[in-house]
Amino acid sequence: MTLKQIFTSAVGRKLTMGLSGIFLILFLIVHVGLNACIWANDGGEMFNRAAHFMGATVVMRILEVGLFVFIFIHIIQGLMLEVSNRSKRGTAYAVSYGNRGSKWYSRSMGLLGTIILLFLVIHWIDFWIPSRFTGVEDVTLSDGKTVHNLYALMQNRFEVTWIVVVYILGCISLAYHLAHGFQSAFRSLGVYNKKYNVMLTNFGYAFAIIVSLAFIMMPVSMYFHWLS
Amino acid sequence: MEHNTMNLTLKVWRQKNANDRGNFETYQVSDISSEMSFLEMFDVLNERLIREGKDPIAFDHDCREGICGMCSMYIDGKPHGPWTQNTTCQLHMRAFKDGDTIVVEPWRAKAFPVVKDLVVDRTSFDRIIQAGGYISVNTGNAVDANALPVEKEKADAAFAAAACIGCGACVAACKNSSALLFVSAKVAHLALLPQGDPERKTRVVNMVAQMDKEGFGSCTATGACEATCPKGITIENIARLNKEYMVASLTSK
Repeated sequence: MTLKQIFTSAVGRKLTMGLSGIFLILFLIVHVGLNACIWANDGGEMFNRAAHFMGATVVMRILEVGLFVFIFIHIIQGLMLEVSNRSKRGTAYAVSYGNRGSKWYSRSMGLLGTIILLFLVIHWIDFWIPSRFTGVEDVTLSDGKTVHNLYALMQNRFEVTWIVVVYILGCISLAYHLAHGFQSAFRSLGVYNKKYNVMLTNFGYAFAIIVSLAFIMMPVSMYFHWLS
Repeated sequence: MEHNTMNLTLKVWRQKNANDRGNFETYQVSDISSEMSFLEMFDVLNERLIREGKDPIAFDHDCREGICGMCSMYIDGKPHGPWTQNTTCQLHMRAFKDGDTIVVEPWRAKAFPVVKDLVVDRTSFDRIIQAGGYISVNTGNAVDANALPVEKEKADAAFAAAACIGCGACVAACKNSSALLFVSAKVAHLALLPQGDPERKTRVVNMVAQMDKEGFGSCTATGACEATCPKGITIENIARLNKEYMVASLTSK
């Protein structure tokens, strides 16, 4: 058993997809929790403080590098898996099995993942690149600390209708991607207990809906000026 | 059950050999009994084609009792036709209505090349079995049946996995043409029993390697294989194989 087999065998590929997927799920919990600070209704103070913390220590920077490593493993392995799997049929069927045997989103993970990737590129250009490289204007918090005013940047970006629409579409794709990916990741890692699989599937549905809805509500509540 | 006869239109894939491009031919069949099996309906059509001096449609079949795994038609978009946990030979014409048009295709996968018409070459499955789907036992007197205790639950799960007849419907149904339901049934069957334990790690690694070599795709857990399997093999077996593979890859040399 070589390291190459882990990345290239049909089962090894799924292991790397599952492991990196679970890491990204954990990141989503942090991301959605932190962003929910915008609803503190304090003019973004709590959110800006939390966002500053996420880049302030060396531990966070190392985790950020790790996050990008896992994101790219997930993207590259996912695209390779999709291309490889699509090449296995040869002649296409005249009549498709379709939704009788499986759910459409479970068959569309490559497409949903690609939509999420396109969304991510826009998302990085909007927030991550300014906050790390090109600069964001500063704001002074109540305790005198000066931090990036990412809250103002969010308000600014989410004034634009097409950006809000893109974010909503990206989050809907994420919901369907998670609805299948959550339980599939655990299957790939070998959870075969039927009861646990039912629990994980239902928990995955709830996670997909709650996380995506929370993310959707962020640009929506800013677009409609629901925050003070 | 009420017996009736029906007239049907069949669109059947015809392909002279592996190199031929192939195309659909349309046939009208009449006075088909609702109590005929799907293969008997093909027998009726083939006898007519022979009488007319035409080439009969080639299709695989053997026991016609739903236990050998030879029949292999992809009927109206589903392997083995519309019924659940059923093989083509056990599909009866009462599943259809008078005037229906039925589309019949061979299993489609690069690892299952078409030999002729609806017959595909499934020897790739045999080679996967040869790679590890067995146990090595010294010859001699048979061991006493009670010498190796097996937990009842494990015996039941192993038996359920062993029900796989290797027909290849899972490959035909899977969007990735993955053979993992088949391979996992064989791996789970032997991994659950003490007799399978000595070769447990090499078995799963070698069978997966052979599966990749044959050109089958990866599992993306859509569940289409489970939904179409004539023997009700569950995808829990695939998760079990994943676990076996992970343990084997982490702990073997």
